[in-house]
Amino acid sequence: MDNNDPSIVIDPKRSGYDPSRALTEPPIVRALLIGTALSFLGLFLLVPLLQVFVAALAKGVRFYIDSIGEPNALAAIRLTLLAAFFSVVLNTLFGLASAWAIAKFEFPGKNLLITLIDLPFTVSPVVSGLIYVLLFGLQGLMGPWLRDHDLQVIFAVPGIVLATTFVTFPFVSRELIPLMQEQGPEEEEAGMVLGANGWQIFWRVTLPNIKWGLLYGVILCNARAMGEFGAVSVVSGHIRGQTNTLPLHVEILYNEYNFTAAFAAASILAFLAILTLVAKTLVGDRVGREKRVLPSVLESEAV
Amino acid sequence: MRLRSVGVLPGFGLTMGFTLAYLGLIVLFPLAALVLKTTALTWAEFWRTVTEPRVVASYQLTFGAAFLAALLNSFFGAVVAWVLIRYEFPGKKLVDALVDLPFALPTAVAGITLTALYAPNGWIGSQLEAFGIKAAYTPLGIVIALTFIGLPFVVRTLQPVMESLDPEMEKAAVSLGADRWYTVTRVVLPALLPAWITGFSLAFARAVGEYGSVVFIAGNMPMKTEITPLLIITKLEQYDYAGATAIAVVMLTVSFTLLLGINWLQARAGRHRQH
Repeated sequence: MDNNDPSIVIDPKRSGYDPSRALTEPPIVRALLIGTALSFLGLFLLVPLLQVFVAALAKGVRFYIDSIGEPNALAAIRLTLLAAFFSVVLNTLFGLASAWAIAKFEFPGKNLLITLIDLPFTVSPVVSGLIYVLLFGLQGLMGPWLRDHDLQVIFAVPGIVLATTFVTFPFVSRELIPLMQEQGPEEEEAGMVLGANGWQIFWRVTLPNIKWGLLYGVILCNARAMGEFGAVSVVSGHIRGQTNTLPLHVEILYNEYNFTAAFAAASILAFLAILTLVAKTLVGDRVGREKRVLPSVLESEAV
Repeated sequence: MRLRSVGVLPGFGLTMGFTLAYLGLIVLFPLAALVLKTTALTWAEFWRTVTEPRVVASYQLTFGAAFLAALLNSFFGAVVAWVLIRYEFPGKKLVDALVDLPFALPTAVAGITLTALYAPNGWIGSQLEAFGIKAAYTPLGIVIALTFIGLPFVVRTLQPVMESLDPEMEKAAVSLGADRWYTVTRVVLPALLPAWITGFSLAFARAVGEYGSVVFIAGNMPMKTEITPLLIITKLEQYDYAGATAIAVVMLTVSFTLLLGINWLQARAGRHRQH
């Protein structure tokens, strides 16, 4: 938006106002605001990010590589990838299904359904883990039944996958719903008129239209899934080499005062975060909606 | 006006069925289990658990620190958003991308990093020490961690609204003789207010439930620096499931109320924009 638009109706000489000056802040104020913004972001974002990598390399490259190559660290990386994979696949399927139902059809209670999909965003991560303990833990509702059938969910991998899935539940869905609502059902209806069946319409018409939005949602979902800490911490049981994800591995090392190794593991996560930001920016440009990183309640009613 | 006919396209039954089943299994059924578990307590027991002095101290800390952090973010977030939308400067795109770092960086990483930074021997902590300020292991440290994780909310809520501000409004104000200060305070800021409050509420809601970034820097002293989510975990580790559940229900009630409030605000703001 150009604030120095010359088409303005006032003649500066006559009115005594210079509109270009009145439409933006004086240079000194601009410099002050830019300075404030950059100092704030530098102090709160850039310095911590630097700290991660400096602390990770505090004992040299050799120690860094050893910390990451250690069997428990590798097991944690594997489990993190596994949990992220399952929750991304499940939530992507859900995202596609819910967006199709909500965006292409009219039905009563639609707003309620969207609000319910948002629920996991507002639940504290700790509570997100707790609900599965209450359901599947030994003292939980289904605890005795699971024990009789020799199944373990809590303090085991399924619990970690479930907690991660809950926490990342709305990401893909809330990305796709507004996008598909905006596009409307006309193109799909045209496909139908031309004789395509449901799957053909989805693969040939819908998917090409939403692919960047879908990818955007998957990137956000994946980032949150790999980094989730609170919810996973409650259900994991912290068994080394078995139920420790990478963030939990970081915590254990840190609590053992093994700071450099903790930061080495943390640096992998920080590196993934930077990759996420890059991917998000690139894909966001394609979607033309880079500003909207919040797939949440923000767009719910305002459409 | 878009025409939308019910049931022309195929797949409604399949997708709706899957949506409801998945939502029920992953979200609604487990949440119902939580509420069901509370009924194991009598009302008096529930009330005693959630009003214990140690629990009340944790509410005060959690909500107080979350409020302060959201306030800080409202001020600095607005400055950041304004600068990113209205001004040009080198590296702007990079700065804009960096704003999302707290979303992308796992909370545990943020937690240990901020602790290392603000500890008495850390880069920033040692500077603060010179002024006699202790940040790590105090409530101030909690506010810092919550400010970090809430940072993107105000910026990202304000940016689209600032971008869609009609420049004609500002021109009109100028043509009526307003100076810049008057235009900003009387024309621009009121238009931003609903989004601003939404951003504040989102940052606040996120901060209230936050765990990972806070536990490391908080020090976790009962009555002093113990946040409510940590108290839930402590109760769980003592196998006090009913106690953990009771506190969780209090937290859930607060977050649902916030969610409803935010939705209501958004709906109102949406109506205003249409008129």
